[in-house]
Amino acid sequence: MATDNPGTTEPPNAPRSRSDLFWSFTWLALQGFGGVLAVVQRELVEKKRWLTREQFVEDWAVAQIMPGPNVVNLSMMIGDRHFGISGALAALAGMLAVPTVIVLAIAMLFATVADHPVAQQALRGMGAVAAGLIIATGIKLIAALRENVMGMAACVGLAAATFVAVAWLRLPLGWVLLVIGGGACAWAFYRLRASTATTRGDEPRSRS
Amino acid sequence: MSVALAPPDWLALFLHFLMLSLLAVGGAIATAPDMHRYLVDSQHWLNDAQFTSSIAIAQAAPGPNVLFVALLGWNVGLNAGGGATAGWHAYLFALLGVFICMAGMLLPSGILTYTATRWAHQNRELRSVRAFKAGMAPVVIALLIATGWLLTVANDQPKRDWPLYALTAVVAVIVWRTRLHLLWLIAAGAVLGILGLV
Repeated sequence: MATDNPGTTEPPNAPRSRSDLFWSFTWLALQGFGGVLAVVQRELVEKKRWLTREQFVEDWAVAQIMPGPNVVNLSMMIGDRHFGISGALAALAGMLAVPTVIVLAIAMLFATVADHPVAQQALRGMGAVAAGLIIATGIKLIAALRENVMGMAACVGLAAATFVAVAWLRLPLGWVLLVIGGGACAWAFYRLRASTATTRGDEPRSRS
Repeated sequence: MSVALAPPDWLALFLHFLMLSLLAVGGAIATAPDMHRYLVDSQHWLNDAQFTSSIAIAQAAPGPNVLFVALLGWNVGLNAGGGATAGWHAYLFALLGVFICMAGMLLPSGILTYTATRWAHQNRELRSVRAFKAGMAPVVIALLIATGWLLTVANDQPKRDWPLYALTAVVAVIVWRTRLHLLWLIAAGAVLGILGLV
């Protein structure tokens, strides 16, 4: 288990250079209306294939649990993996530089149209689309759970419990992560020993 | 709106965002209530309308939602420079505000994330690291779907808002099953909104 087994889980592609990182993240940030995550999944997993779906879920879990903006954390993690700290900074700059200029420009213009009903109505429609993008991203990532060591049934149960706790009961995120996430990690820890004991040697389960 | 900020005030602003950065588990928006308490209620550097529109614009504009912090800094700086009508030096103050707030918001969490993910990547074969990633996977996927759900039901009048719910559901199915470019869907949402259909 100590050896890295790249065979089945390595993504097909990688960023070519730091400027590739910068412009890739700039481009996907500029497509992200109402949040960038749906675009990150579409661009980096489905189009550029810098990450497998499974890697994306794992990286997203780490980015989510760390303090700070999630997609910004994720961009730094990916940049660092390929080009070290300069890659992390290139990805970070791509995510923030041009979008900051644009959002400031929009803010300066906003005062002139803020009360116009057309602007409000367009925002309403775009907001509904943004919600659909995020839900679809979550649905697509469910497939990544098939290889999860906890088993599909446990994963669906944990996901359902998380959804109910956050969306219906509106419990604070910190508690949800601590209780459901902590319990899931403990169960995965136990299952990893069990599966190592029974399938040692014949099941590549490298995760990077 | 015009306010006076002395150098110690700028430092206090920076330090406050440094602290919030480390509390921003679940995204920068999770600390918005405390930003409101500090900037609007306690220091009076922003008014309510400036605070609310900063968040709304950052949500609607392209780019990561954390840019609402840049807009808060922009407005604090603009106020400190005497308001938008005070001339070009007000915009210099506004840029200073952007820099101070964004640097404060990103430096601690960025350094922490960078260090922690490096460690986790180097130790990715450790059972505890693998257990963490496997255990958190279903939770974070559910959080995504819950986020979409909460955005949808924020429009809470079913009689008026059902076309919005329908649009969200249709978009979710399209994105799930097809490779249609996301910008077309955003544009379609804007058009449907302008036409008054949702």
